Parts: sequence; structure tokens; C-alpha cells
Amino acid sequence: MLDMKKQLIKTAFVASLPVMAGYLVLGTGFGILLQSKGYGLLWAMAMSVFIYAGSMQYLAVDLLSGGASLITAALTTLMVNARHLFYGVSMIDKYKNTGRHKPYLIFALTDETYSLNCGGAPEGVEDPGRYYFLVSLFNQCYWVIGSALGSLLGTVLPFSTEGIDFSLTALFVTVFVEQWKSSKDHVPALIGVASAVLCLLVFGMDNFLIPTMFLITLALTAYKKKEGSRHD
Amino acid sequence: MTDLHSAALIAVMALVTMALRFLPFLIFRNRETPKYIAYLGRVLPYAIMGMLVVYCLRGVSFAAVGSWLPALISCALVVALHLWKRNTLISIIGGTVCYMVLVQMVF
Repeated sequence: MLDMKKQLIKTAFVASLPVMAGYLVLGTGFGILLQSKGYGLLWAMAMSVFIYAGSMQYLAVDLLSGGASLITAALTTLMVNARHLFYGVSMIDKYKNTGRHKPYLIFALTDETYSLNCGGAPEGVEDPGRYYFLVSLFNQCYWVIGSALGSLLGTVLPFSTEGIDFSLTALFVTVFVEQWKSSKDHVPALIGVASAVLCLLVFGMDNFLIPTMFLITLALTAYKKKEGSRHD
Repeated sequence: MTDLHSAALIAVMALVTMALRFLPFLIFRNRETPKYIAYLGRVLPYAIMGMLVVYCLRGVSFAAVGSWLPALISCALVVALHLWKRNTLISIIGGTVCYMVLVQMVF
């Protein structure tokens, strides 16, 4: 029994390794950025524990240092994190029957945790809820540790970190390639890219996420109708 | 900015993020997930990942070579590395180091 628990922890830890690098690096970047605006260790850790949303926290540095209004903060969060509605929708079945783990699983459903858990638990895992929980928890630990590290490193770095934010891009490109290889039907992936590019051109880089998500939903719905009629 | 206002900002951002994450689960809690929603759940990950890639690259300017060329080279390297090794860590670190070297030393 104890061995099985250990085995599960090991399985979840190995699964979380790809995110470890990304989160430590991005978390450190966030900590450095926040420190440079005069907010120290406690602020960085509080944000990474309670907000726990990567790209939003980078934006939050600007909002905090600029003294944004609460309304602005609420609306910006709504825009930037609206995609989490979709993550939730697509995890409803997987996170069903996860019992006491469920509230934390939902709280900790970030882009990266989603990208690891949306594929399901590996073969042979008897308690998927616990597996998802451990993966989610490991991920948030990396994020919090990275933020703390960055905050402490602050100004003493011996080299320029310019361009380090590309790690976020690299992570998503990697997951995109991985999904592309694992699926025969590339239409949904292409719908995502095409909708985003179209909306970026029409609405500009500050406002295109919400329209993109509308367009994606519409296009996928139309695609299902076409698929459905073919099978009938 | 006062610490109190900063703390309030963090609380607001945390609450809105939480609301967005919990909403779908609260709405569909006690009933069978509708077929349409289940379909969306199956195909959305592919579309969303495509969207996030574009989102990350949204600031790339095609007017400046120093902006789009490093991004293009580094993305191509990530794809190539991943097709070759299929190891997420290698792909991310390789691409990021490449990008940092390009923007700091070459362009």
C-alpha cells in the first residue's frame, strides 16, 4: 500500500518535470520583475499562492506598480484568464469523482497543469484524482519556489535575462507539436491558429483573446455539424 | 501605492481567476455533461493551444527584422527539437537559450 503511494508520487513527479523547468524559469522571471518594481519576497509569494496564473501575474506587476483601480484589475483578469472557462469545460469529466481533491484541482487549473492533465492519468494509475492532485501541487510548488528565487535573486544576476520570457512561447509550441502528433484530426488545431491570427489582425494585440474564443467556439460547432452529418 | 490597495488588487485578481476556474464545474455539477459540451471539451484543447501560441507571439512585429526573425528561428528550433527528441525540457530550454542569444547578441 505504502509502495503504491510512493509509486504514484513518483509517477506524478516525473509527469510534472517538463513544467518544473518552465515554471522555475518563468516564476523566477516574475519574481525578478516584481522585485524591480519594489515589491519583495512576501508579495511575490502571496501572488503565486493566491492568484497562481502565469501570464496574469506578469501583467499584475504593471497593475500594482501603476496603482490600477480595482475595476481595471477585475476586467483585465477576466479578459486574460477567460480561457480558463474552456479548461474547466474540458476537464468536467476527468475531474468527476475526484472527491476531496476536487476543489484544489479546480483552483490550480493553470495552462500548464491543464496541458499535463487533459491527456488523462497514465495507464495503471488506480486513483486518478490523487494523481491529478499531486501533479497540480508539484506544479504550484515549482511556481512559488521560482517566484521566491526570483525575488531573492533580484538585482544580483550576473547576466542579462532579456528574452527569457520566450520560455512561455516555447512551452506552448512544444505542447502544440505534441498534440499535433497525437491526433489524426488537425482541423481543431488549425481552427485555433487561424481564429487567433484573424482576430489579432482585426482587433489588435490587446483585445483579440475574447473574440478569438468566440470564433473558435463557432467554428468548432460548425465543424461538429459537418462531422455529424457525415456519420449519419 | 499603499500596501492596502496593492493587497486589494491581488485579492480581486485572485477572486476573478478563481471564479473563472470554478464556474464550469458549478454549472454542470449534478447532471450528465451535455453531448455538445463533451465534444467541445474533446476538441478545444487543440484549438486553445493553437490560440496560446499565437497569443505568445502577438507582440512580434513584421516591420522589424530584429523582432520576427529571432522568434521565427527559435520557434522553428523548438519544433525541430521536439520532433527529433520529443523531450519537452530539451525543446523549451533549447528554444529559450537560442532566443536569448539572438536578441541579446545578434540582433
